[in-house]
Amino acid sequence: MAKLTIPAEEWMYRGHAACPGCGPALAMRLLLKGLGPRTVMSIPACCWTVIGTPYPTTALGIALLDNPIESTGASIAGLRAALDALRIEDVRVVGFAGDGGTADIGLQALSGMLERRTDAIFVMYDNEGYMNTGVQRSSATPQGAWTTTTPVEGPRRGKREAKKEIMSIVLAHHPAYAATVNPAFPEDFVRKAEKARDARGPRFLHALTPCPPGWKFSSEETIELGRLATETGLFPLYEVEDGVYRITRRLGTLKPVDEYVRLQGRFRHWEPEDVRELSEEVRRGWERLLRLERETAPAVFPKPPVAIAAA
Amino acid sequence: MTREVLSGNYAQAYAVRLARARVISAYPITPQTTIVEKLSEFVASGELDARFVEVESEHSALQVVVSAAGLGARTYTATSSQGLLLMHELLHWASGMRAPIVMGVVNRAVAPPWNIGADHTDTIAQRDTGWLQFYPESNQEVLDTVLEAYRLAESPEVRLPAMVNEDAFYLSHTYEPVDVPTPEIVDRFLPPRESHAVLRPGVAARLGSFTGPDHYVEFRHELARATEAVGKRLPEVEEEYRRFTGRSHGGAFPTYRAEGADAVLVTMGTTSTTARTVVDEMRAEGLKVGLAKLRMFRPFPDDAVRELAGSVDRLGVVDRSYTFGPAGAAATEVRAAIYPTPHHPLVAGFLAGVGGRDVTPAHVRRMFEELLGNPGEATRWEDLLPAEVGAHG
Repeated sequence: MAKLTIPAEEWMYRGHAACPGCGPALAMRLLLKGLGPRTVMSIPACCWTVIGTPYPTTALGIALLDNPIESTGASIAGLRAALDALRIEDVRVVGFAGDGGTADIGLQALSGMLERRTDAIFVMYDNEGYMNTGVQRSSATPQGAWTTTTPVEGPRRGKREAKKEIMSIVLAHHPAYAATVNPAFPEDFVRKAEKARDARGPRFLHALTPCPPGWKFSSEETIELGRLATETGLFPLYEVEDGVYRITRRLGTLKPVDEYVRLQGRFRHWEPEDVRELSEEVRRGWERLLRLERETAPAVFPKPPVAIAAA
Repeated sequence: MTREVLSGNYAQAYAVRLARARVISAYPITPQTTIVEKLSEFVASGELDARFVEVESEHSALQVVVSAAGLGARTYTATSSQGLLLMHELLHWASGMRAPIVMGVVNRAVAPPWNIGADHTDTIAQRDTGWLQFYPESNQEVLDTVLEAYRLAESPEVRLPAMVNEDAFYLSHTYEPVDVPTPEIVDRFLPPRESHAVLRPGVAARLGSFTGPDHYVEFRHELARATEAVGKRLPEVEEEYRRFTGRSHGGAFPTYRAEGADAVLVTMGTTSTTARTVVDEMRAEGLKVGLAKLRMFRPFPDDAVRELAGSVDRLGVVDRSYTFGPAGAAATEVRAAIYPTPHHPLVAGFLAGVGGRDVTPAHVRRMFEELLGNPGEATRWEDLLPAEVGAHG
């Protein structure tokens, strides 16, 4: 039997309040396996506010602080400052926010934390909408997706605009480490969580976390859908360390995006033309990623590295 | 003890250094900025062993110290006006999480129109957020109150955040001699923060959390009990501070020559100093007037106000803010406080000094004269320009 690379210890307990098939619950479980119990976490208003179970219980085996939806970046800066000031060592500080609490209302505090080179990890668990409030559009909702505020009604066919590229925004801040993770690829997820744990400075993980009630798919298909998201090239797995891109899951031929799209009720209104457009966009994104990996690869004759001031 | 010539803002910064705050976070806004400039110097030079987080907004500044306080650090932030309004949501988080943060607020008018003058609208608008509110009248009182505020806020039966406010420019940028206690004295008065009820790395716990009606009511009730505890704890803290430094500032509602007065004016902040000199002048003329200073607006010192109201027939309450209520904020509170008592003095409300307009001895004298006459209880805008000058319509 192959050696397991994923720690057996659980820091997310049974009895949590997630929906069946919840992607964010899987992301939390894998993240904490990578980070371990010497972790202090801040969570804004999001699905995990509720998943974490109400007072006086908690579903996580770590120290956890709640914060309002827009201030996760500032909260983890405060936690780090207190640990440093009180000389408490060997503790990871993590913010765990939804896509709204990261890319919409949380963007300012995230940018501030990245720019100040705060020694902390920011995780965006991306279920592509405001799911805890009942499936409303966020800037991370994909183009053409149905949500309660982007209806498919008359001429309206879901969200008109493209998904915000949070990784590009984060990478413009030159973080120490940034990666995409997907609970459908647990070894890759945990390895990146461990890498984030051991790095210093600002780190960012973008987790794609399927949401059965929000995306309208059957709860036993979360892993299948997650795998398709990556294998179609829609959500490639890669990491960026000091500006160097590395694809962590190589893809030969991209699987047809139609396989991903047709599993989800939020795209039920799509025409073949919509699928063709998405395929084209995914292909361009994948080629861009391959190019970035080539262009940022360390030279055969290494140049002196460009120094980025550490926190 | 040393005697230094300090602005109100520097008095605030010196107090924070003496209090050994460990985490400070702030965003620039006039007229607060010189507080955190000075603190940045103290941290950079090593005179203050603290982490200073230079955030991208006031909202983040308060979040930084709320979270830092959650791990047990003594914390400080400062702001003014628009910055305080932006913090509003986090003000509730601070009190709800029982974070004993001390915040300096330099009271400044609220836009529009833009105005950086002294005005209490910014802090009065936060009266329902669970923070203690102090309105000192001198730079000495600013320094002493910051130290007292930490002791009070961190008391186990209180554990609430506190604002120490300064009238913009009258205190913030005006220099006065200030007696600065030695670090040894302050360390005895204010030992390091005890870390009860905070998060500990490695220990599973949740600070903040969520709950339905099954527990929420009790959380609010705990806040109410903590607020009530302030009234009893403040005199103890003042007495401890007096023992160490020889100074105290009369608790929440100190009075001046109010015994046997026909009329007493209730003031906040720097107007109190002006009014005190007018009381002396008018007393010398044989007029029986007195002063009561609302040093602490939250929690409101109901008992002390009732006690004063029992012995005086006319109270004038001066508000340095217009807040859209039935009367000025302090006037409304005074009336509410005395409602259950058998003796109801007339309570006249005055608005004066709004937007930084100077409250002169002549203004104060006129308020006393109106109070001694027959002012009625309608709110008077005491220092409006004459109509032909002041008309903006």
